[in-house]
Order: sequence, then C-alpha cells, then structure tokens
Amino acid sequence: MSEADGIMRLRQPISVTYNWSAGPNATSHLNGLLDGTLVGKRCPGCSLVYFPPRNGVCPKCARILGDDVVVGPRGTITTFCVVNVPFLGQKIKLPYVAAQILLDGADISMQHLIQECEAADVRIGMRVEPVWKDRSEWGPSLENIAHFRPTGEPDRDMGVEAGAS
Amino acid sequence: MFTAPLVVAYPYKRTVGTLLSRFFQSLQEGRLEGTKGSDGRVYFPPAEFDPVTGRQLDEWVTLAETGTVVTWAWQSAPQPDQPLERPFAWALITLDGADVPLLHAVDAGDMARIRTGSRVKVRWADERSGGIRDIACFDLLEGAS
Amino acid sequence: MARRDVAIVATAQRPNEVGSTLTSVELILPVINDVIAKVGIERQKIGFWCHGSCDYMSGQPFSFVAAVDAIGAWPPIVESHVEGDGALALYEAWVKIQTGECDVALVFSNGKTTSGPIDRILNLQADPYMVTPLWPGFDSLAALQARACLDAGVLSEADMAEVAARSYRDALNNPIAYAKENVTAEQLLARPYTTAPLRAHDCGVPVDGANAIILAAGDAARSLAERPAWIRGIDHRIDTQRLGARSMTESSSAAIAAAKAGVGDDRIDIAELHAPYTHQEILLRRAMNLGEGTHVNPSGGALVSNPAMAAGLARFAEAAESVFSGSADRVLAHCTSGPMLQQNLVCVMEGE
Repeated sequence: MSEADGIMRLRQPISVTYNWSAGPNATSHLNGLLDGTLVGKRCPGCSLVYFPPRNGVCPKCARILGDDVVVGPRGTITTFCVVNVPFLGQKIKLPYVAAQILLDGADISMQHLIQECEAADVRIGMRVEPVWKDRSEWGPSLENIAHFRPTGEPDRDMGVEAGAS
Repeated sequence: MFTAPLVVAYPYKRTVGTLLSRFFQSLQEGRLEGTKGSDGRVYFPPAEFDPVTGRQLDEWVTLAETGTVVTWAWQSAPQPDQPLERPFAWALITLDGADVPLLHAVDAGDMARIRTGSRVKVRWADERSGGIRDIACFDLLEGAS
Repeated sequence: MARRDVAIVATAQRPNEVGSTLTSVELILPVINDVIAKVGIERQKIGFWCHGSCDYMSGQPFSFVAAVDAIGAWPPIVESHVEGDGALALYEAWVKIQTGECDVALVFSNGKTTSGPIDRILNLQADPYMVTPLWPGFDSLAALQARACLDAGVLSEADMAEVAARSYRDALNNPIAYAKENVTAEQLLARPYTTAPLRAHDCGVPVDGANAIILAAGDAARSLAERPAWIRGIDHRIDTQRLGARSMTESSSAAIAAAKAGVGDDRIDIAELHAPYTHQEILLRRAMNLGEGTHVNPSGGALVSNPAMAAGLARFAEAAESVFSGSADRVLAHCTSGPMLQQNLVCVMEGE
C-alpha cells in the first residue's frame, strides 16, 4: 500500500486470545454484580474498603484483601469532568459527565456516568444512586449499572472550600 | 472463579522507511531485490544498514526466484495465520545470488521430501499488497536438489 | 570509580504451575513478602525496586503498573520496570547500586505463561516486517537452529535427549519444578517429534511462576546474609536480530558475555543456564567453555519449568541459593531473551 510520499504503510494486524482470570479475591465482587449487590473488600491491615477490589490486594499494605463488605448503593461525587470531545467507540450523547463516586461504606472512589440531570448542575459532594439496566442484560460487570443519577439529598461536605474553583 | 476469553487485537499500520518501501514495492511487482553490504555480501530481505560499517545501504541486486535450503524444521500442526494450512517446513533459504538467507515456508507436503540443500522456488501470492507475505511460500524443485 | 561489591542476599520463588487462576499481582505478592521476611528488613530500607515482565503475556497494556500494587508502594518508592526477563531487571538494579543511589534493591519477575498461546505471543518480539507476519513461533525458530547444529555435527539428537533426561531427573529433587520424571535419553528418543527435529522434551514447559531477589552492597549484604552470593562479573550481549545473518551453530554473544563476566578465570561449580531448548544448553556450554567439573542446571533449569520473563531470574535464585547453602563456591547464572539465543546475560557469583 503506497502513499503519495513514496513511503509504504505495512498493514500488520495482530491478535491474541487469552483465558483471562479475575483471580480468587475479585470473584466475590463479580458474583455480587450478577446479583445486583455491590461487594467490596476490606484490607486486614489498614481496614480500608476497596470497591472495586482492584487485583485483590491492598497497594498500601501489600496484603491480600480480606472480608467482603457490601457498599452503597448510594454514593457521593468526589470529582467529575464534562466530556465534550467525540472519540472512536463513544456510546453516549455529548456532553456527558464522568464522575468519581465514593460509594457509602467504601474508601476508594470508582468511575461512572452521571445522567438524568444537566451537566452544569453536577457538583462535588452531590449525592447519587445507581440506575440498573434491565436484569436480562446483566453480566459480571459494572456495566450492569447504566449510570448514576442525583438522589436529591443534601450535598455532603467533601472538604472543598466554597468559592474555590 | 471468573475466567473469560479475552481477545487483544491491534490493527497496526507501520511506515517502513525509504529502503523497505522500495523492497516491498518490488515484491508487489513480482521482483526479488536485495542489498549489497560493504563486504560484498548480498542480503535478502535487504539490510537497511551495513552490518559492518553501519552505513545506509543503497546498492541493489536483483535475485533469482530459486534458492537453497540452509536449515529447516517441520511444522506438523500449522497454527493460525501461518503461511500454509497443511503441514509444512519452515526454512532459512539463500536465494541464488544472495549470501544471507531469509525465513519462509516450504510447501514440501511431507517431511521426508525436504532436506538441507533442497532446491526451492518462490511461489507468489495471488494477491500482493506489499509485504513478506507477497511470497506465499516456496515450492520444492523436483529432482534438482 | 571503584566498583561496589554487590551480592544476592535472599531469594524467593513460588512453585511453578500450569493454569493458575491468580492475577499477576496475586502471583507476585507472596514472593515479595517472602523474600523481605527472609532478611527481616523494613520495606523503607529498600532503596530501589525493579520488575521484569511482559505486557503481551498479561494481555493488558501497562500491566506492570498494576503490579506496583504488590509491593506496598506507599509512601512512594523508587521503582522501575523492564519489559523483559527479571534477570535484566536485576542487571538494572545492580547498575543502580553501582551509582551509589541505594544500598539495597529488590528485583522481582512474573510470567503467567499459560493464560495465552505463548508460542504466538513471543512472535511479537520478532522482526515486525520480515518475521512476525509469518507467525513462525519460537519452537519452530529454535528447531531451525537445532537442525543447523545437527547438520554441522555440533551435537546429536541423543545429546539433546541426554540434556532433557538429566534435567527431568534433577527436577525430582526440586520441589518447585513443574515437569519431573525418572527417564533415560533412550526412552525420550522413542517419543515422537513435535516440531522436527525437536521433540516435546527438547522444549521448555511453559508454566506460571514468580520470583524475587534482594541485592545489597558491601556491609549491608554482610548484615543481611550469612553467606552472600557476591557478583564478581556481569555482562549482557546481543547478536544481530537478523535470523539469517546469525551463526546457527554457536552463540557469539554468550561467548563474549561469559568472557567479560570472568567465567574462565576459575572453575565454575554450578552453572544455571537459561536454555529453553535442549540444544541451546549445549551451545551455551560450548560458548562459555564449561567443562565436566561444572554441574549444569541442578534445579532442572528452564526445560522443566519455563515461566517466560521469570525463568532467567529463577536461574539467579537457584545459583545464589547454592552459594547460601555452601554447596557451591563459584557459580554462574545466565539469562537469554529473544529467538535462538539472541541476547545473553552472564553473571558469576562467589561465596566468601
């Protein structure tokens, strides 16, 4: 395949198929999602609750995570961005909000979408809840949750000073 | 325990530079061209830079479609994307007029038919798009080894 | 600048297995904790962490970043990663200690070799224009090299089977080895070819494994181990990546690396050679001039358990352990990378 500059472009598609394992420590999290339950794990060292449980270890303590902990389903936005840029593979209508959400009972925030409100109304401290897809579409994935939406509860103080921008 | 198939695939498109552009262009047009190094050795596929001096090579040599097997191995169970779907030989092949061999496949049919020193000839791909796969494989030259 | 004396002071390896369902992080974490516990050092005293692995084997870009989860990287640490065998990470850590920036380093590597088609995956290391598009696989490339050696009379199929039989028998004494069998060369030669002229026993068995090593300089090393394995020489050389332009019957990069590492200066008691194929062990022994007095691969070597990207560092662990135990005084550890012995790292270690 020659181009105008005389330099060829060699097509070289590569593909490899793996058998991917989630590992024993993340499995209760995935089983929970099949059941509509949000399951995180507590570190036996520092007691932080991880949701999702990453690779099954606490990166602060270098320990395998311990007990399952049910978290959420409600949570609080810790930070967010408004996406206005189209990119390959995008599935959602622009503009939309991607937020870090700290589920109640968890110590680590997770990323998800905020819908059912104007992007301009989204703010740090806003309380949100998950909107689940139809159960027939569920798999072992956080994609079972279509998005999060505001609950209408009062905002939670996330330590951000008023007026700071 | 959750396990699932995971397919990782990338549609890479590589720019190949000026020298390899000429090489792949010539393959697409059905010609075999190598480069000559400062010690007189002819490389096919071409060396972009002289292995001795490091200088960019630009002296081209046109080579025959025939060559000799330097070493070989038998792929008894062909794997996806390999040049042939039936059992075949991998071989290092020195084309007539070249000094440094290339890696390719020989459609020998049966392991008993190939040996080091076997004479082989290029089988061109039906559709050529610029790439080492423009050579589909090599065929054994009957009775010529 | 005078070279600093650096030694391996502790090692840890997990038993090699096939079809592990652990994540790479879960695979690594126990060996890191084991090796730290062996020397009883506080994590904060480790001045440099270096990891060897390959993203293509994990099937996940930047998988090495996730692996940092396994080392307890809080508060932040000094860490690096080598896209290759852990033995190359050990070389980087040795250089780091030479710069004087730290006295103690932890090196670790992991290979989850059985979660994907390893022969196909390793192809992605090859020349992307002339070799990868043919998808030859490393077994078939090694078979080309073996045939050239057989044709040249450098070795015989019986020699190759002898290497395998000795490795499989030695592995009976190694609790973490995967393949082990009380077998003779004659029995192995009766088995069928896989990729002729190679038989199954000529090719290292892909397994999942992980290991970790602690390196320390001077007095730090003496305080952490009773009998450290002092690195007396270490060198890394590479042959041309053009397969056709390389000698098939000798390994010039291994010969140079061995000479630079001082292999020939004195007898070698034990040599742990990273030879994923039987004929490659013979080529390496010839390149390094290892004689009858050297016991090659008493662990069984990479033939009996080949966790890609960890199999080279495993050689360092095995060689160092023989110094720790006093069963050897002067040992050699070797690591290869790429098809047909393309790269060779050679290290000589001694007890005091």
